[in-house]
Amino acid sequence: MSKSSARPLSPHLQIYRPQLTSVLSFAHRLTGVALGIYAVALVAWLTAAAAGSQPYSIVQNFMQSLLGQVLLVGGIFCFFLHLCGGIRHLLWDTGRGFELRAIYASGWIVVAASTVLTVAAWIGSSILAR
Amino acid sequence: MRSPLGRARGLGSAREGVESWWLERVMAVALVPLTLWFAASLIALGGSDYTTFIAWLKTPLAALLMVLLLIALFSHLALGLQVVIEDYVHSGAKIPVLMAAHFACFALAIAGILATVRIVLGD
Repeated sequence: MSKSSARPLSPHLQIYRPQLTSVLSFAHRLTGVALGIYAVALVAWLTAAAAGSQPYSIVQNFMQSLLGQVLLVGGIFCFFLHLCGGIRHLLWDTGRGFELRAIYASGWIVVAASTVLTVAAWIGSSILAR
Repeated sequence: MRSPLGRARGLGSAREGVESWWLERVMAVALVPLTLWFAASLIALGGSDYTTFIAWLKTPLAALLMVLLLIALFSHLALGLQVVIEDYVHSGAKIPVLMAAHFACFALAIAGILATVRIVLGD
C-alpha cells in the first residue's frame, strides 16, 4: 500500500494558526518521545551504577557538566509537561472537561503547572545538593 | 471491556484496540506515583556519592519501586511509540519499525531490572 503518489496535499502546517489545543497535543507527543530517550538514559545510568563506582562517576560527571545540566532541566520540563498533559487526558477519559472553556482553562493550567513544577524541582535540587 | 456482540462483529473502525487503550491508561496511572517518587528521590539524593546511592537503591522499598517503574515506564512507552509509528510510517518499513520499537522497550526494561538486581544483590 504505497502512499507516495504525486498528487498535491492540502497545506496544513503552513497555514493553520497554532492554538493551545493543537500545540499542547503536539507537545504531549513530542515530550513523550523525548522521555523515551531519557528512559534509555535511565537504563544506562543504572547499568553504570551496577558496573561500579568508576563507570558511575563518569555518568555523574557528565550530569554535572553544562550540557548535562541543560539536558536535565529540559528533561524535567518534558516530564512535568507530559505528566500534567497526561492527567488532563485521563480527565477527558472520564468524560469530563470537553466544553471549550474547560479545554482552554485546563490547557493553561498544564502550561503553568509544568513551569512551576520545573522551577520548584530545580530550586529543590539546588538547595539539597551537597 | 467490550460487549460480546462488539467483539464478535469487530465493531469500530479499527475493529480492535480497547485492550491497548486500557493498558496504556493503567500504566499511566501507575507512573504518576512511581515517577514522582523517582524524581523526589533524585532530588533528595542530589549529587551524593556512589556509596550513598547504592545504599539507597539496596533498600527493599527503593528496589521494588525501581523495578515497578521500569516495567510501567517501558510498557507505557512501547504503546505510545506504537501509536506514533503507526501515525507516521505507512510504507513497508512500518512492521519492522514497530517490532524494533517493541523489542527495544522490552530489552531496555530487562536491562534496567537486571542492573537493579545486580546492585541489590551485590557488594
